[in-house]
Amino acid sequence: MIAFRDLKKTYQMGDETVAALAGVSLSFPRGSYLAITGPSGSGKSTLMNILGGLDRPTSGQYLFEDEDVSHLDDDGLAHFRNQRIGFVFQSFQLLPRYSALQNVELPMVYAGIEVKERRERAAEMLAKVGLADRRHHRPTQMSGGQQQRVAIARSLANNPDLLLADEPTGALDSSTGKDVMALFEQLNSEGLTVILVTHDANVAARARRRVGFRDGLIVSDEGAKS
Amino acid sequence: MKSKDLIRFAASAIAAHPMRSALTSLGVVIGVAAVVMMTSIGLGAQQRVMSAISGLGSNLIIVSPAASRSGFAAQAAGSDISITGADAEAIAKQVEGVAAVAPTVRGQAQLAAEGTNWNSRIEGVTPDYLVARDLTIGQGRMFDDREARQGRTVAVIGTTVARELFGEADPLGKRIRVGSSPFQVVGVLTSKGQSGFGQDQDDIVLGPLPAVRSRVVGRRVKGDTVQTIYIKAASEDDLSRVQEDATTLLRERHRIREGEDDDFQAQNMASILQASQAATATFTILLAAVAAVSLVVGGVGIMNIMLVAVTERTREIGLRMAVGAKRSDILIQFALESVALSLAGGILGLLIGIGGALLIAKLGSWPMAIPSWAAPLSLGFSMAVGLVFGAYPSWQASRLDPIEALRRE
Repeated sequence: MIAFRDLKKTYQMGDETVAALAGVSLSFPRGSYLAITGPSGSGKSTLMNILGGLDRPTSGQYLFEDEDVSHLDDDGLAHFRNQRIGFVFQSFQLLPRYSALQNVELPMVYAGIEVKERRERAAEMLAKVGLADRRHHRPTQMSGGQQQRVAIARSLANNPDLLLADEPTGALDSSTGKDVMALFEQLNSEGLTVILVTHDANVAARARRRVGFRDGLIVSDEGAKS
Repeated sequence: MKSKDLIRFAASAIAAHPMRSALTSLGVVIGVAAVVMMTSIGLGAQQRVMSAISGLGSNLIIVSPAASRSGFAAQAAGSDISITGADAEAIAKQVEGVAAVAPTVRGQAQLAAEGTNWNSRIEGVTPDYLVARDLTIGQGRMFDDREARQGRTVAVIGTTVARELFGEADPLGKRIRVGSSPFQVVGVLTSKGQSGFGQDQDDIVLGPLPAVRSRVVGRRVKGDTVQTIYIKAASEDDLSRVQEDATTLLRERHRIREGEDDDFQAQNMASILQASQAATATFTILLAAVAAVSLVVGGVGIMNIMLVAVTERTREIGLRMAVGAKRSDILIQFALESVALSLAGGILGLLIGIGGALLIAKLGSWPMAIPSWAAPLSLGFSMAVGLVFGAYPSWQASRLDPIEALRRE
């Protein structure tokens, strides 16, 4: 179970205090497939960052399984991101110097896994996303869809509990976008908890539960029990 | 995370921009190479000076005229020659523990014999000169005191002079012209080779003091004056006492009042050695300053490029943090890059410095000695430079906010 209660995130802009999150609460069990939607500035990216351990809430509580993530220090958050979270970004965020295999290895390097073991696992993950034959290619030698699949393989490297995808199809054409979505659905069907952030209604429609954001608040929550 | 992975990350980042990395290290390369080369040459020079000093003869005190003062204007040393043959005799008679006293005049003269010419140093000396300067006769004999007093024009020549004037022929008994005066060769010195100052010690003619003074160097040396008095102490223990006694005696003889400066200078090997060591110390300080400046310049170059690298690789840093890098992992990765750049520069600089010193030694027939501390010190310093100047950029990298960093284009 992942749960957060009354999460607030405020920023000081000059004299004004701006609330990116004005107090949101939600809980969802393992294996959920959520889409978070809303216009830009609605607070959905802020929530993503907090859920992924890249940021801390100003107030409120974030419980991951039984761990209170909202009070971890920097090193604790780094460990949390490394072990629990897989990130997929709109712009892929692959390191251009590294091959597909090395990119996938990266989270395992920070987990302290031996070279031989992580090579094997990285190759396995690339095979899982259908890129077994591209493992020595650099990101620049691959199409956008292939790059996003490398990024997904990387997000799976440390066997995370939660996959966070921020506009994962935003930089892809619609057919490769569909392939990527199919991959998320496959991963979810294998038990992985997936949260998508998107403003694409078609993408959101494929998720089992859809949470709508506006002005830092949750304004809709559909399909929770289905 | 494992340290070998950190090293791998740093190495791959450096290898990604080989040209830039090479240019970044260049400052350290030049700094270290310059320091190694200069210390090697400096140490070589010092060793040469040491051997030169000891080559002058052991337990030797050298008395020479001091710069005299007329009014307020100090004149060059030796401008008014103040020491005399009589001074030398007085020292020989009155100072205890003296093995030999050798008053000397010298000049440069054109030599001629059997149709050949040679230009050499000529010294007017007494037989004691051989004792004072640790010289020996290889062939023939030294002239004696009687010959000297009578103003006989006899000469003992060095092996270089013998070879240049007579080739393989036996020079004994032959006549040579020194300037315009004929001298008869009575002996040849044992070869001493090149001195530490690079002077051929065998390129010399020794003649009796009165004859040389009057016939060869007369115009420059008035009356009984001499240019140098060599005093050899009987033993090393006597050295400083002999010097003191001789100084006191000369001050009396020259009627120098209490508080007035000597009009001569007496130096023994120990004091010359001290002077040369002081010069070496100055040189070392200078060198350290140059080294510090060049390493700082090299370090600033590294810092500059590391700051550029942090800016350029902001997204990479953000991504690394997102997938689990701790702030310390980022810090160490960038610090390692900086140290590796600097250390590589240090190693290359060390090799270039040694190579350059060898080359200079070979081309300039200059003695060279690479100090044993050159390698550990230059490598240690270059590592420290990398660490110090990499610290700020690395710290900056580690303080980045991952969200901001990932958003950066």
